[in-house]
Amino acid sequence: MIGALIVRDVRRGFTGAAWLPIVFFLLVATLVPFAVGPDARLLAQIGPGVLWIAALTAALLPIERLIEPDRADGVLDQLSLHGIAEETVASAKIVAHWLTFAPLLLIAALPASALLAVDGTSLARTEVALAIGTPGLAALAVAVSAVTAGLPRAGALAGMLLLPLAVPLLIFGAANALMLEAAVSLLLTAGAPFAAGAAIRAART
Amino acid sequence: MTALLRFDRVALRRGGRLLFEELNLEIAPGETLQVSGPNGSGKSSLIRLAAALLRQERGRVERSRLALADDALALDRELPLKRALRFWNRAVDEPMEAIGIAHLADVPVRLLSSGQAKRASLARVAASGAPLWLLDEPLNALDTDAAGRLDRMIQSHLSGGGAVLAASHQTLPGKWHRMELQA
Repeated sequence: MIGALIVRDVRRGFTGAAWLPIVFFLLVATLVPFAVGPDARLLAQIGPGVLWIAALTAALLPIERLIEPDRADGVLDQLSLHGIAEETVASAKIVAHWLTFAPLLLIAALPASALLAVDGTSLARTEVALAIGTPGLAALAVAVSAVTAGLPRAGALAGMLLLPLAVPLLIFGAANALMLEAAVSLLLTAGAPFAAGAAIRAART
Repeated sequence: MTALLRFDRVALRRGGRLLFEELNLEIAPGETLQVSGPNGSGKSSLIRLAAALLRQERGRVERSRLALADDALALDRELPLKRALRFWNRAVDEPMEAIGIAHLADVPVRLLSSGQAKRASLARVAASGAPLWLLDEPLNALDTDAAGRLDRMIQSHLSGGGAVLAASHQTLPGKWHRMELQA
């Protein structure tokens, strides 16, 4: 059942809105040269940071469809009736969300870095840092999505919740402090299923 | 014979309001119970408490494995009906035939009418193989043909040692024990 849930969520992601965050990510990266000018040295210097900002904002887009549709349609209730703990459901959703978000993001970072004149070495470093950070980011997105599910204006509220909590990932990721970034990512990935599970239970009426 | 569902002096509070207290009920295999009462009397809440989707404030609830059909369809809207049902249980052919939606197997769930969707959620319950069925307003949106089919499904479920708890303000076909909730 867990495997079926992951497969289902991945399928729904790719047939649905999985491409939107990636298009948004590329758009943000495209805007920066227009905003700061075409100076290649300046762009190369700020490029990795821009990629991180673009990734964080792109991570906000799917939040409203991670938990809320399944809550409203009774899927979460039926999973509970099948004896699957809410924490397990949240873990499956984190895995599925990471699969639909992270690989596409890492690929999209290639054209984005070309637009920003980022050289090969710092591109490789940024890709590694993004790969380490995205599990934490996906876990955070699912947890925030569960906390805000069913609330009015959940999307805006989710941004307010997610971005501050993602700051440690941003600091260590952009500074290429990979061990610390991995520690934060691990902490978020391990903690998020419990927060999300409790939020799903609390949202039942 | 052990009960499939037992409430022992249960109290349930929703949003600060006490819906009921000191509620006792017991459903044994082969039994049916219809909970009735005016709107807002707590019928659906009682069903969701029986399904462990809500927590009682006091008392004890013992339940066997169960399946629930309520307003929420819980089927992927973009999938053909049969594939969507098979996400929950493999053996869907017989229940789909019994409730009269076998011919809709390839129709996407989002195109179903509300009556067809209600039939689909009843088929999901029948396919679950759970001994206890919880039905919240099972007759909503159903025509007389579907109501007759539901009655036959319930009879064969009962003869197989199952039990049904239904919440409805309508008169359900067949023989039911009744319990009235006060508003």
